[in-house]
Amino acid sequence: MSNFIVSPAPHAHKANSVQQTMMHVLIALAPAYLASLFYFGLGALLVSVTSVAACVLFEYLIQRFLLKGKTTICDLSAVVTGLLLAFNLPSNLPLWMVVIGALVAIGIGKMSFGGLGNNPFNPALVGRVFLLISFPVEMTTWPRPLGRWGLSASYIDAETAATPLALIKGHIGELPQTLDLLIGSIGGSMGEVCAIALLIGGIYLLATRTITWHIPVSILGTVAAFTAILHAINPEVYVSCEIHLLTGGLLLGAIFMATDYATSPMNPRSQLVYGVCIGLLTVIIRTWGAYPEGMSFAILIMNAVTPLLNHYIKPKRFGEKVKVKKQ
Amino acid sequence: MKTFRIGGVHPHDNKLSAGNAIETLPLPKQAIVPLSQHIGAPAQPIVEKGDHVKVGQLIAQAASFMSANIHAPISGTITKIDTATDAWGMPMPAIYIEAEGDGDEWLETIDRTPDINRICKLEPEQIIEKIKDAGIVGLGGACFPTHVKLMPPPGCQAEVLIVNAVECEPYLTCDHRLMLEHAEEIFIGISLLKRALKIERAIIGIENNKRDAIELFKKMADRHFGIEVCPLKLRYPQGGEKQLIDATIGRQVPSGALPISVGAVVDNVATVFAVYEAVQKNKPLIERVMTVTGKSVKRPGNYLVRFGTPLQDVIEAAGGIPDDTGKIVAGGPMMGRAMQNTNMPAHKRTSGLLMIPAAESVRREPQNCMRCGQCVEACPMGLEPYLLIRLAEQKRWDEMEHNKIMDCIECGCCLFSCPSYQPLLDYVRLGKATVGGIIRARNAKK
Repeated sequence: MSNFIVSPAPHAHKANSVQQTMMHVLIALAPAYLASLFYFGLGALLVSVTSVAACVLFEYLIQRFLLKGKTTICDLSAVVTGLLLAFNLPSNLPLWMVVIGALVAIGIGKMSFGGLGNNPFNPALVGRVFLLISFPVEMTTWPRPLGRWGLSASYIDAETAATPLALIKGHIGELPQTLDLLIGSIGGSMGEVCAIALLIGGIYLLATRTITWHIPVSILGTVAAFTAILHAINPEVYVSCEIHLLTGGLLLGAIFMATDYATSPMNPRSQLVYGVCIGLLTVIIRTWGAYPEGMSFAILIMNAVTPLLNHYIKPKRFGEKVKVKKQ
Repeated sequence: MKTFRIGGVHPHDNKLSAGNAIETLPLPKQAIVPLSQHIGAPAQPIVEKGDHVKVGQLIAQAASFMSANIHAPISGTITKIDTATDAWGMPMPAIYIEAEGDGDEWLETIDRTPDINRICKLEPEQIIEKIKDAGIVGLGGACFPTHVKLMPPPGCQAEVLIVNAVECEPYLTCDHRLMLEHAEEIFIGISLLKRALKIERAIIGIENNKRDAIELFKKMADRHFGIEVCPLKLRYPQGGEKQLIDATIGRQVPSGALPISVGAVVDNVATVFAVYEAVQKNKPLIERVMTVTGKSVKRPGNYLVRFGTPLQDVIEAAGGIPDDTGKIVAGGPMMGRAMQNTNMPAHKRTSGLLMIPAAESVRREPQNCMRCGQCVEACPMGLEPYLLIRLAEQKRWDEMEHNKIMDCIECGCCLFSCPSYQPLLDYVRLGKATVGGIIRARNAKK
């Protein structure tokens, strides 16, 4: 009688997994993905399929032939990276550029640091920013949303539209209505346009406890407060806070990009600092910087600061401050 | 409803045997009584080979302040005093007693009537002396000698007794059954401990999955002065001493300090029952209630077991080891120890036996840590297991100490909630042992 398995405690597990977590993120991205298919049609489909396929393929090839180790494409993290990269691209981007973006995202952004969990920067944003700097014209030419599942539109020749943020920057043309911003019939990257769909995804992530409220709420709160103050000072120059909140990649970034596990701080205290800094940086770049969109840069800058936040801001220790609660 | 403030997880409670009344197990033919059934020095045997002993007779004496007396669980002849091997292959000095007759001849001084003895005229010191003589240790699992807790170090004053009736380990139900079947005795035990500590207030912390016990105890508390029942939200590790103090009276014991530093003394409900038996019935600690359980176990139940009974007998009473068993755990699934075999006697520390089906016995292969922070969120001490595992791997002991490794209570919440199945607690234990050694060496030099 000595053939029992001996292992240290605990002998029970929550039965969660990396794959399950990634699945939650994919489900949360679904509403925004459907919205982008609705608005941008075939273009959105082609860009997203290319991006996901390329990300998974590059991860597989690198692990199989370069690192000669186990392949982990089944954990779905490459699928999430691929979809998030596609969400940050215009839906009429030439597909070869999408493939380059995927290679940079997975190859440089993720695998060169040791794969899942070891990357200091959000891989999808690394891919996006690489493309933005390399192909500035293609990356900032957005097709006008069609709103007919794109059935009649041809994919390359679609009419283009400036994004609201570009309009703010150039002080040209009419600003869109808040309703258009909410439902997403505005120009922009394929996944960022429909605010409602992104918020539904965010609520799903919170409900499944995939993310906590600290990062998204601190980013959105900071942007709202900062832009509201600016608007109050001079409404002629600075647009109102709802335009800021609902445009550009702000919601996509706050809910899906900034909350990326590997590149965001590990405890609620440091997450709040991280979120507030992203909010401040975003508004600063949008308002006074050279680019109309600041979210990607703000997140990448704070990704670089994350190790410092982890080092200096510790979670609340038990018995740290002995408080006597009223009985 | 109250609960502790930091971290915690919600494992499925699986209280399969909660409805099964305590059954008394038949006495064994031979009892192997280990000399170390407690924290601290092993007890010193005071009997010799060939001696005849009665049930309840002192057979080994506490070797130091931090040690506990051991009494004969059955009557018979001492056949040898030898080193046995425990279920983990470690040597275990023990006294072997061969039963004579039915093995149930008791010392005359022990009151074996079923009457409940309510009156106690003893002074606090006399109560503590009786508890010490009876060899009572904390039956929640740590086996800390109870009389030590009742004598606060100079400068510390106990204010409140907290009775740990949480039983937050999944599967285990021995405390729950004891509360339902011996509520009256437990309340007398609490009064005795209050007198011993010279305090006016006692709080019983019970988790909300034991509604019947909460109701019964609330009714009882109405008739007893200075005893409150505190229902607690279901959450693991609420039965941890520091967590329970935080949950019931909202005070957090500082890092490295003892509960008495915030005026609290915590005793398990089974310990309180043992205190009643020792003080009012003169009965030393020679038996305990054990839960034998598991998803495939035929008759999961709660058994009153004399110490020294082979665990095999206890398992047989529950219908034997199921065929699909892959792992047998002494204790609960969160903090219990997996046993190599069942060749071991029951003793003060064995609160339960859990038989886990083979399919649930092996951990999954670890994947990359994706830094999701679940372990940080789950840690009830506010530590960062993801960081501690890396530091331990790299042998960065100083940094581990700086990051409060010694505060870890080894509850297992980190590993329980890790989606990547990283061996978090395993490395934390390694680090804790090493850092503990470094600290002791440093203190010894001073």
